[in-house]
Amino acid sequence: MSNASAQAASPPWDEASITEIRRDMMRFARMRLRDSGAAEDMVQEALMAAMKSAKGFAGRSTFKTWIFAILRNKIIDHIRTSAREISGSDLVGRAGGDAELADFDVLFDQRGFWNSDDRPETWADPEASFEQDAFWTVFDTCMNNLPEHIARVYTMRELLELDTAEICAELGITNNNCFVILHRARLGLRECLENRWFQGEVR
Amino acid sequence: MKMMNCRDAAQLMSERYERTLSLRERLSLRVHTAMCDGCSNYGKHLDVLRQATARLREGKTGGDH
Repeated sequence: MSNASAQAASPPWDEASITEIRRDMMRFARMRLRDSGAAEDMVQEALMAAMKSAKGFAGRSTFKTWIFAILRNKIIDHIRTSAREISGSDLVGRAGGDAELADFDVLFDQRGFWNSDDRPETWADPEASFEQDAFWTVFDTCMNNLPEHIARVYTMRELLELDTAEICAELGITNNNCFVILHRARLGLRECLENRWFQGEVR
Repeated sequence: MKMMNCRDAAQLMSERYERTLSLRERLSLRVHTAMCDGCSNYGKHLDVLRQATARLREGKTGGDH
């Protein structure tokens, strides 16, 4: 470690910024992996890899973008490996399960219109919410509340930016199934954010 | 054209991030959201989710930026 720190005497590597970057990386990794042990490992590996070749980075923001790119690739590899352990049919079966359908259907009445309690309200100033740590804690909680296979597909799509075709191929499910799973992820996440964050804001 | 319900509208609003909607789908969606505040909000909220996940990708979460 001392060797690496010495090598990394260039700007991005002062103690305060490492602590901060590490915190952001942990949040980034935890949200994608759920398994905090694995998240910790990925962050550690990414930091080590970055430290080895950090010299070329003058600006902190470039550095941050770069180190997150390393982390992202490590997480994608990890998810790909573990995705193979879940069979596609299992995913599809659970996605189409009746219990779960009912869960999401409960937002709508019999004719398919929003129930009055669940009708999306106006959200005040999301940009301002983004600036608050508490918002990201809620976001994290809401991601964790999604059924695991739904969160996994959503993560691959939105946080790792894989395209739908690639995700489907990876998980062995049809495009249509992917769409439905992503739709449910958005329904669930939106509902949770409204209940736990945006509704409280308008007090 | 039969009036689309909110459940179908919500699904299409999600799918438009994944594929190009047909002209017919876009039109019925537009007609529906013009008359439905809930779905009009829903569409905006999905954009907020997009912005939030973009921030997460870049590690820009929290008040220190």
